Amino acid sequence: MTEIVIEGLAKSYDGAVVLENVNAALPDHEFCVVLGPSGAGKTTLLRILLSQEAPSRGRILIDGVPIDPEPQKDRGVVFQRYSVFPHRTVLSNVIMGPQLSGAPLTGRFFGARRRALHDQAVALLQEVGLGDHLSKYPTQLSGGMQQRLAIAQALIMEPKVLLLDEPFGALDQSTKKAMHRLILDLWQRNAMTIVMVTHDIGEAFTLGTRILMVDKARRDPQAPDAYGSTITQDIRLDPSKKPQLRVVEEGDDEASTMQAIFAQYRERASDCLVDKPAADNDRASA
Amino acid sequence: MKRAINYTPGRPSRLMLALLPFGLCIVIYAIGSDMRLAENPGDKLMPSFGAFVDAMNALAFTENRRTGEYVFWTDTLISLQRIAIGLSISAILGLMIGIPVAFLPTLRALFGPFIAAFALIPPLAVLPILFIIFGLGETSKIVLIVFGVAPFITRDIMLEVLAIPREQLIKAQTLGASTWQMIVHVVFPQVIPRLFDSLRLSLGATWLFLIAAEAIASEGGLGYRIFLVRRFLSMDVILPYVAWITLLAFLMDLAFAKAARKTSRWYYLDRAA
Repeated sequence: MTEIVIEGLAKSYDGAVVLENVNAALPDHEFCVVLGPSGAGKTTLLRILLSQEAPSRGRILIDGVPIDPEPQKDRGVVFQRYSVFPHRTVLSNVIMGPQLSGAPLTGRFFGARRRALHDQAVALLQEVGLGDHLSKYPTQLSGGMQQRLAIAQALIMEPKVLLLDEPFGALDQSTKKAMHRLILDLWQRNAMTIVMVTHDIGEAFTLGTRILMVDKARRDPQAPDAYGSTITQDIRLDPSKKPQLRVVEEGDDEASTMQAIFAQYRERASDCLVDKPAADNDRASA
Repeated sequence: MKRAINYTPGRPSRLMLALLPFGLCIVIYAIGSDMRLAENPGDKLMPSFGAFVDAMNALAFTENRRTGEYVFWTDTLISLQRIAIGLSISAILGLMIGIPVAFLPTLRALFGPFIAAFALIPPLAVLPILFIIFGLGETSKIVLIVFGVAPFITRDIMLEVLAIPREQLIKAQTLGASTWQMIVHVVFPQVIPRLFDSLRLSLGATWLFLIAAEAIASEGGLGYRIFLVRRFLSMDVILPYVAWITLLAFLMDLAFAKAARKTSRWYYLDRAA
């Protein structure tokens, strides 16, 4: 059970108000998507949830207890970039967390403990689709695979909350779809709370059971920094009633390839497709 | 006509081009030496290649009558030993000071400006102080190398530590890492390749300080020999010694580059050099 309560949160930097009066309560097993335009302060909100930054006012409670002022194991994170350690292999990245918290001095397990962790990590990596890449270094992985690794690295710590900061922002559309399927899968199986920041509205509706829109409610054209963003939209979606998104259908691998997505768009654009110029056709037949 | 920057020489021609300046130097020297010797067979400024061979034969492969040593090899050994000790101490100091000072904000506030100022002290200006404090023995020579090289390496390491993305350190904390664990498991492995680069870049300075120290007060070493035979205008010894020092420096550079690749394979996966 994990309940997150955000109470009267505000954040300002040197007089520039970024967030003000942010209130929200997330029940257990929520997939909360924080949506907002660039610069609205959604990443700031995530950083405060992570304790990477301290709020100027207000507080955040997890299960009724204020969060620790430092980043801790109870809140896992995946950033858009730099989430994994480039000097460690895939497997070594995943077994790092439990070893660090389990062996304060050496940061290393030995013997049976190490084997158990090893098996657990391999199983988890297979789950996220990296089973065949255990001994590769992150730079040898594609962007999507690096994010899978970052997710596995966070999940092995069994955090109460998984925080995602535009994790799929840099990925191509087909990879993004595959990642959506993966994260929904993991979310359902691990019964954890996810808070994800994105500016992709489609992504928010695809994934979220809760969507919080962060934007400025008031604006002063003379003093653009005078008012911060707050939650302007707060909606709940019932995942069981959601139109079954193609993304989550089992055995639907084709829908997630670039080719398939292209075909969908082409179909939608069929009315405005223009015949190729005659010269082009000639060249093709010649 | 292609733009000059779009001409890329192929492998064989690259090798040829690389060797060309070396060959050119040798040829120019040979011609110059010949011309001078034809005019004055006793010329000492540009000895012939035969004279080099004779001089080196006497120093490297003949026992010294007085000491029973092979002077050239003793010199080499003494100098390399001083360099090895000096560079090792500099590297260790660079890591032990650079990592914590750059990584911990409090230490950075305390020592950052001091290290920046300390690094600007011209090492040769304090050489007399080193001689006064540490005497004329081995210590002062090694201290001079450390004094000249360690601040550079320290600052380089500090920059590298500061360049580690903040995200990684946040991530490490969410994995339960303590400050000590982050130093050992996140920061240290990632500055190792930079340490080797830093050592490579310091090689020139290292030899400079070594030779300066050996020239002023020493009883052996490559720099000592050069400055000793200078009195006799023995270019037949000085030039081969300079070439030998250059070769040694080159080989050390190569060794560091290899060691970096060996210890940090991950770093070179997506890098050409």
